[in-house]
Amino acid sequence: MIQFVNVSKEYKNGVKALSNVNLSIEKGEFVFLVGPSGAGKSTIIKLILKEEDPTEGKIYLNDMDITKVKNRKIPYIRRKVGVVFQDFRLLQNKTVYENVAFAMEIIGAHPKEIRRNVPMVLSMVDLSRKAYCYPDELSGGEHQRVAIARAIVNSPPILIADEPTGNLDPETAWEIMNVLRDINRRGTTVLMATHAKDIVDIMKKRVIAIESGKIVRDEEKGVYENEISNI
Amino acid sequence: MRMKFRIFKNIVKQGFQGMWRNRGMGLASVGSITAVLIILGIVLIMILSINNVVVETKNKFDEIQIFLEDDITDEQLDYIEEQAKENEGVLSVIYQSKEQALEIMKEDWGENAYLLEGFETNPLPDSFIVKLKGIEYADSVVNKVQELEGIDEVKYYKDIIEKLVLMANYVRGGGLIITAILIVVSIFIISNTIKITVTARQREINIMKYVGATNGYIRGPFIIEGVLFGLIGAVLSILIVNYGYRYFFNTVNDKLYVLFTVYLVPPVALIKDLSIIFISIGMGIGALGSLVSLKRFLNA
Repeated sequence: MIQFVNVSKEYKNGVKALSNVNLSIEKGEFVFLVGPSGAGKSTIIKLILKEEDPTEGKIYLNDMDITKVKNRKIPYIRRKVGVVFQDFRLLQNKTVYENVAFAMEIIGAHPKEIRRNVPMVLSMVDLSRKAYCYPDELSGGEHQRVAIARAIVNSPPILIADEPTGNLDPETAWEIMNVLRDINRRGTTVLMATHAKDIVDIMKKRVIAIESGKIVRDEEKGVYENEISNI
Repeated sequence: MRMKFRIFKNIVKQGFQGMWRNRGMGLASVGSITAVLIILGIVLIMILSINNVVVETKNKFDEIQIFLEDDITDEQLDYIEEQAKENEGVLSVIYQSKEQALEIMKEDWGENAYLLEGFETNPLPDSFIVKLKGIEYADSVVNKVQELEGIDEVKYYKDIIEKLVLMANYVRGGGLIITAILIVVSIFIISNTIKITVTARQREINIMKYVGATNGYIRGPFIIEGVLFGLIGAVLSILIVNYGYRYFFNTVNDKLYVLFTVYLVPPVALIKDLSIIFISIGMGIGALGSLVSLKRFLNA
């Protein structure tokens, strides 16, 4: 599903963000990407979303080589990857329903399809009752659930979540994790970058740990910090 | 196909919304485009009129008029006629008395002819009218005749035509430079107007990018907004130039004919071409202005 082969990234200002990263995420997996700030988590996400090109190496998405793609192809790659951010990024002047429908309008979906899919994903994230609320009437967790609904409404095979619980209290964070776990159970590959140690430890999913641009650990049913590296 | 159409409909709708939300600054854009096109219109009308004058003058005046002194002798008169006839390209040499000249003038002046009644003696001289095959034969005839005895003045239209052509070139060159500068200025003004919408919608654009909107989808509404401003400017300037020129034409044309025996280009002949030119330039300025302001945002 997602594959990095010997990927290195050096930004124009000379910062080496990634060096020689190899990783392979299979269809249907739930993967945590952990590591300190500046370790390279965001760079990995930016490379998948084609916000940046790698300096070296190859990146594959859905068996397609996306290492070097023309600018006008990028939107079509992004449609295969739903994204959720720490700061939600909702449109304040649109209702919950409209925020989600917006993602379908952009790709030219049929109005009938929009009317069918939007209520469906809203009920999936348990927001049917708030469909006609504006974002400023919502709590933080509800914000993030709208963002998740928007990310998955076009049924992308991959969902990327960049610190989705970073702005939420622990209880709400778990609400979000349950939603993400549900989405994963329906077959969507989920890649989540996070600092939340307790969530990672309790979820017992695959953990890829990154430090100073290198993958230092990649284990099934892993935890946030390896006990050895902790000492 | 239906999907493409829905996307297109969305883009157009957003374009209109953007224009409405941005109408304050839009006024400046429309104003600048209107001003540019009006000036372009004036330049075009001037060029066309001068061209018209050149062509008409060429056709009308493939002749030389030799004005004679009042106290000319018969021998001198015969000699001049002989000399004139001898030249290559001369079709005929006709004697025109001062009385005939006055009659012709009265006819030409039409209803204003009463102005000529005031003369007690006829102020016009006698003359020979030398008809030529073409204006290009004028020089040699003039050179030969000019120095003969009994000639007051040789009136000769080639230099006038040359001056007109030169003037037409100046007007065209100057006009085009001014228009080009103004077009650049209005592209700049439009691009600033659009930039305001773009900045206001920066967040939305960013989100659209993440959800997978194509550049065309993001760019479309802004281009339509710019084109609409251009279109409004074009329509306004067409109306202003059309009615303005019509008014000018009606007040000036008859008098102009009396003075220079030429007509202006009639407004009816102009309006269609002018409309096409104005609408394409107006919309072009609008689209270019939008593209300029969007370049920065879309490459990020």
